[in-house]
Amino acid sequence: MTDPVATVTQERAEALPTPLLALHRELGGKLVDFAGYLLPVQYPAGIMAEHKLCRDSAALFDVSHMGQVELTGEDADIALERLVPGELRKLGVGRQRYGFFTNEAGGILDDLIVARLPDRLFIVVNAACKTADIAYLRANLPGISVTELTDRALIALQGPQAVQALTRHAPAAAGLSFLSIAEMDLAGVPALISRSGYSGEDGFEISLPADRAEAVTRELLAEPEVAPAGLGARDSLRLEAGLCLYGHDLTPETTPVEAGLTWAIGKRRRAEGGFPGAEMIQRQLAEGPPRRRVGLRPEGRAPVREGARLSDGEGQFAGVVTSGGFGPTVGGPVAMGYVTTALAAPGNKLFAEVRGKQLPVTVAGLPFVQQRYAK
Amino acid sequence: MSETKYTGDHEWVRVEGEAATVGITNYAQEQLGDVVFVDLPEAGATLEQGAEAATVESVKAASEVYAAVSGEVIEINEALTDEPGLVNSAPEGDGWFFKLKLGDPAELGELMDAAAYKDYCAGLD
Repeated sequence: MTDPVATVTQERAEALPTPLLALHRELGGKLVDFAGYLLPVQYPAGIMAEHKLCRDSAALFDVSHMGQVELTGEDADIALERLVPGELRKLGVGRQRYGFFTNEAGGILDDLIVARLPDRLFIVVNAACKTADIAYLRANLPGISVTELTDRALIALQGPQAVQALTRHAPAAAGLSFLSIAEMDLAGVPALISRSGYSGEDGFEISLPADRAEAVTRELLAEPEVAPAGLGARDSLRLEAGLCLYGHDLTPETTPVEAGLTWAIGKRRRAEGGFPGAEMIQRQLAEGPPRRRVGLRPEGRAPVREGARLSDGEGQFAGVVTSGGFGPTVGGPVAMGYVTTALAAPGNKLFAEVRGKQLPVTVAGLPFVQQRYAK
Repeated sequence: MSETKYTGDHEWVRVEGEAATVGITNYAQEQLGDVVFVDLPEAGATLEQGAEAATVESVKAASEVYAAVSGEVIEINEALTDEPGLVNSAPEGDGWFFKLKLGDPAELGELMDAAAYKDYCAGLD
């Protein structure tokens, strides 16, 4: 049998610890090298149970590998708009917004969350991209101070019961609406908490000083609603929620229009441009993109995974799967991929090549599981 | 009396008469986690020892299962189609994968016995 763990990780000489590594070991986490960090792919409960816990109750994830960056300086929002095609000037204090860095061809260099705090912008970027992102910000935002917060942990508490568990330790968190963010005390520790996450459920992302992270995490895990979950459940949850994973569903070769992310660009920015790749993105907005990201529902039980080729009924190339696996809440295989625009309508029948066989798949709307964010 | 033998790739093979039943070990299913699909070979197929024989899919990943010994596939475990979780709950029992008509009994000599396999797994942790 081939080693299943090796197939989901990239080998590196030395994986870095997060501030919660000792706790992961104590909890029996199965540790893998993920984007250069040693993180649990699952705990003894297993991916299926961890996934269901997040849909029904509250799951706690360590996402400390992600990059946390502060931007300070006058008009940092205006400066950042040169790199990110989102409406950042009107982002209110205490609000955050999803966005991405684009290249000159309109492709996506990374996706990110931008938050406005009273005195700074706070952004979270992907672990695998963070070194490049920070260098890029420093090179392109003269006069703006770009600081990576290397002494902080980031945890995500996700699920319909996350709010009741968290507010026992941070009552002020009850006042956060979806995509709001504020600094507040959490179990006596100064924390930066946003109502956001990547599971499709209500939940929170919590930035903490690294040296207090384990103590706070233990307090949250002691709540009856909460149990730890690993990278495996994180991936199946975000796939069911129809959310993109950088390096898979989003790459420098995919544009926001193809990815169905034009909602994150904003009306003024679409009209004005003024970001890398604006010409390509505006053209695709006007004329339609050559391909589109779609949901895919394989018939039968066999998962259709990343890299599988899609073809139409005549055997002609139709696209490629960029994320795929088993959806525990759906109770069957689910996938996402890019499909030629003419074939991208929901209900369209395609075939995915899996181990030499042509498995029928149906183009489906996203998400597979209704997102349940707090209002 | 039948004896179960083990490969370094975590398959087990149990020979009763001419028939060799093949599955994956408890160690393997623990590594895989929740099994959601098993792609089995077709009855009548001839497999060489070490060839790819089946694919087992967990929530997270697909893993190949190799033929522990050479032979012709004489039966596959249809129960896995509807209940792939048998691989987790009974890996060395009801969660078996396929049966082969043993091609070369001498190949069994290359495999580990239970004690040797146990030591082998201990060395991997």
